[in-house]
Amino acid sequence: MLDTLLASLTDGILLGFVYGLAAMGLALIWGVMNVINLAHGPIIALGMFGAYFLFTSFGMNPYLALLPIAVLGLLLGMIMYVLAVHRVINAPHLSTLLATFAVNMIIIGLGTAALTTTPRNIDFSLGSFVVGPATILWNRLAAALATIVIVGLLYLFLQRTRPGKHIRAVTDNRSAAELMGIPSSRVLALTFGLGSMLAAVAGGLIATLFPFNILSGGGYELKSFLIGVLGSLGNPFGALLGGLILGAIEGLLPGFVPTTWVPVFEFVFFVLILLWRPNGLLGARR
Amino acid sequence: MTALRHPGLWLSLGVPALIGLWPIVTQNAANREVVFTILMSMVLASSLNIFLGYTGYVNFGSIVFFGLGGYVGFYLMSAQGVSLVPAILGGGTASGLLAFVLGRAILRLRGAYFALATIGVNEAARAFINNFVPFGGPIGMSLNFAVYTQYGGATHALWFAYRLLLILTLGVILVSFFVKTSRFGLGLQAIRENEDAAEVMGVVAPDAKTWAYVLSAIFPGMIGVLFFFKNGNVEPGDAFRLHASIETIVMVMLGGAGTVFGPLLGAGMYQRLRGLLLVSPVFKNVQLVVAGILLLLIILFVPAGVVGWLRQRFPRLRRVLE
Repeated sequence: MLDTLLASLTDGILLGFVYGLAAMGLALIWGVMNVINLAHGPIIALGMFGAYFLFTSFGMNPYLALLPIAVLGLLLGMIMYVLAVHRVINAPHLSTLLATFAVNMIIIGLGTAALTTTPRNIDFSLGSFVVGPATILWNRLAAALATIVIVGLLYLFLQRTRPGKHIRAVTDNRSAAELMGIPSSRVLALTFGLGSMLAAVAGGLIATLFPFNILSGGGYELKSFLIGVLGSLGNPFGALLGGLILGAIEGLLPGFVPTTWVPVFEFVFFVLILLWRPNGLLGARR
Repeated sequence: MTALRHPGLWLSLGVPALIGLWPIVTQNAANREVVFTILMSMVLASSLNIFLGYTGYVNFGSIVFFGLGGYVGFYLMSAQGVSLVPAILGGGTASGLLAFVLGRAILRLRGAYFALATIGVNEAARAFINNFVPFGGPIGMSLNFAVYTQYGGATHALWFAYRLLLILTLGVILVSFFVKTSRFGLGLQAIRENEDAAEVMGVVAPDAKTWAYVLSAIFPGMIGVLFFFKNGNVEPGDAFRLHASIETIVMVMLGGAGTVFGPLLGAGMYQRLRGLLLVSPVFKNVQLVVAGILLLLIILFVPAGVVGWLRQRFPRLRRVLE
């Protein structure tokens, strides 16, 4: 019993890194501009297909493929911001929620028409190794390591570079930042781009682990909301921690309840945490 | 009753009533199916509007009430042998109760947090029903064909369900109109504009919001029973489609949130458009894209919707379009 739990816990935590990466994009956008990006899931799915096509058509190594996926994700996010979000950025939440959801519908509609919903997978296995009771798949370990590298780069970008500092300034106080001469519209577009870049890269990593189709992003979007409130909604690094917690929960819960009940507990848990601490378990008290 | 002399009420009641009577006059089953979908959308959109339009809270899980009411009513019919009308009342009551309990809890959240919580509620409800054995789990339930004999056979049962739907449609429009013109509705609209200011002016916001939420839940619950009665079976995927919630939001926004006639017009327009797209060879596969582009254009350029825009543009119409 303990051995199986340990094994599934290890698996869950490795997966948690990738969940965290997927949620970081959502948390970054929410933290900087108070917009919940409901097109997050479809962007994750596009990341999956990016990895799939680069791998099957060009034989590119899926981890190397993350670079072009990141660039495309960044561009897509910036275009989305300009076309759909910028006009309503100061409107009530209803407008931004619906605008991003409209983008979600457009991407899903086009994706379903062009790519159908047949499951795909990337046939790229690195094998596995055994540590104590756990068998660790190299794919999962590599995905976790890639996440750590990406998080490190994001941290350096936000702390050390000028655009990163601009993003932090706009997060703290948009009007004051504008008065200091920071071009806030460009910073918001960049943030949206970064958020969707993180989502796309997470999608590329998930594609090396599980089969997927154009609708698969939706599940990770819901997980990202859950992680958002587990960590803290506005803080990307809290999201990584939230991802690890969710991974651990998903690893442990099936030991105690039937697998099909896991989502019930997850979402009830989600609503309860939202009620108790709307800014997230690690977020500031209201 | 001065409200009865308001032309806005008669326009809002008259248009759906005429559309609804058309299949009954022609006695045509194909027309009936088309109009059934339109009337159902009108009920869902009008109900959502009572909450989303008047209070300004975004509810992504409005379909939970449709699904849960449908399930409860269906369970009463298939497992307990209850007939359709009491089953509809049962479904409506169940939805209303759920909304009351949920509302008490999650309406403390504001803005985007509330919207996120409603997504969570929708997913939790679907996952729960998927696992709940008395309701058939992932397979769902189906009606024994013998059930239809008490209504004089399947054909009569369908017409009976249709007439009930028409009555419920007119009922929800009356509720929507009287909520909007009442003191209670004024309180809701004050919450939409500024919740803190409304509370200072004496609106008991938590109570008002909860009752609006309950009102917006009862009719979808009843409609759910009718819809699944007509289909003869119910399963979790059909009952809790997050997408159906969004489609309803599109209808409300298209017609004009916060107006009585807007959601009705939006529901009619959206369903007509969808019908046209579904039969067109070019757009058949991309109807979701068209709906998405439509939603985006409304949000960006006409956030008040068709009716709201007309009211702003032509002030004289305000006496007719409520």
